[in-house]
Amino acid sequence: MCIDCGCSERTGQAHHHHDHDHDHDGRTIRVEENLLAKNDRLAAANRVRFTRHGLLTLNLVSSPGSGKTTLLETTLRALKDELRFAVLEGDQQTSNDADRIAATGVPAHQINTGAGCHLDAHMVAHGVDHFDLDNLDVLLIENVGNLVCPASFDLGEDSKVTVLSITEGEDKPLKYPQMFRAAAIVIVNKIDLLPHLDFDLDQCRQFIRQVNPQARIFELSCRSGAGMDAWYDWLRAQVAAKRQQAQS
Amino acid sequence: MHELGITQSIVDIAERTTRKHGGGRVRSVTVEIGELSGVIPDAVEFCFEVCSKGTLLEGARLVIETVPGQGRCPQCQTEQAIDNYSFACENCGAFGLERVRGEELRIKELEVD
Ligand SMILES: Nc1nc2c(ncn2[C@@H]2O[C@H](COP(=O)(O)OP(=O)(O)OP(=O)(O)O)[C@@H](O)[C@H]2O)c(=O)[nH]1
Ligand SMILES: [Zn+2]
Ligand SMILES: [Zn+2]
Ligand SMILES: [Zn+2]
Ligand SMILES: [Zn+2]
Repeated sequence: MCIDCGCSERTGQAHHHHDHDHDHDGRTIRVEENLLAKNDRLAAANRVRFTRHGLLTLNLVSSPGSGKTTLLETTLRALKDELRFAVLEGDQQTSNDADRIAATGVPAHQINTGAGCHLDAHMVAHGVDHFDLDNLDVLLIENVGNLVCPASFDLGEDSKVTVLSITEGEDKPLKYPQMFRAAAIVIVNKIDLLPHLDFDLDQCRQFIRQVNPQARIFELSCRSGAGMDAWYDWLRAQVAAKRQQAQS
Repeated sequence: MHELGITQSIVDIAERTTRKHGGGRVRSVTVEIGELSGVIPDAVEFCFEVCSKGTLLEGARLVIETVPGQGRCPQCQTEQAIDNYSFACENCGAFGLERVRGEELRIKELEVD
């Protein structure tokens, strides 16, 4: 419909069959709106909510199979009597990961993204409604296994944690720099396999630093337990800092 | 492939804005996509026809303006052209180049009948 005259012709072509005294050149409307604005708004709201509850929130990202769920299971079994956890599981189809988490006795909720390759802030906002935030210290979010898209979507987390397993090769940070740049923490997992691979840990560390000089790096094995204590200590310290922040 | 979602927001924002300004048919929509944004313009173009079908944007022209990457060295402050795979300062070799431009992902303007 032409909004100037209210006539019902749909296309410009047909429109000019009748006479008008106004012209039908298009109007230009300035928009200047960020395409991720909606996600970013919801993420900001999530962040306010988490902060108000003194909740430490981590968003775990990686390629499929790097060991995110195993890292969560191991961490929960070690610390669940000491800290109060909840886990949001992002998965395209299955509920396998959420079932694995639930088996540790920690509350878990599954978000099925269907064809979606990442979680967004809206999904997380509804996902956390399943938990009692007043009685939590740490919210762990396992994102969909994908090193590309999750980098662009803020969920309102305190930090992104990128998990890299050494079977993937040391050059992953150079190939997927967005994801490694977006992460404050990089976990190099499966170091129990070092003797069996020609993975160069030094080189890998260097690559991570090139992409993200500030990244905090943990090298560990969920299988052998090597390096896990440093990760646990870091978690404890973060929770303590978060509590203090919420009280002040 | 989050370009589908990105394209969906182009259509959503454009429709909402057009309605707010009295409605009409969108002739063209101009978006800015930074080369460091992680979004591939070709993929957005590919998704646009599907996403705009049955909306005020059906048949509209999608104009994509790409914004080249520009970075600044945290050490020596040199400004330089960068892409996603530029890790070191071309002047002093320092890492951690700050992104000054190139992460844009915005809808700029609409032309409405
Ligand atoms: N050797 C070794 N294997 C590990 C380690 N951590 C995890 N794995 C194995 O790696 C495989 C994948 O682990 P998951 O924890 O399911 O990986 P994920 O990142 O959750 O996978 P997706 O959810 O599909 O992205 C499993 O067979 C784990 O047993 C480790 O430290 N060492
Ligand atoms: Zn998993
Ligand atoms: Zn995605
Ligand atoms: Zn909602
Ligand atoms: Zn420099």
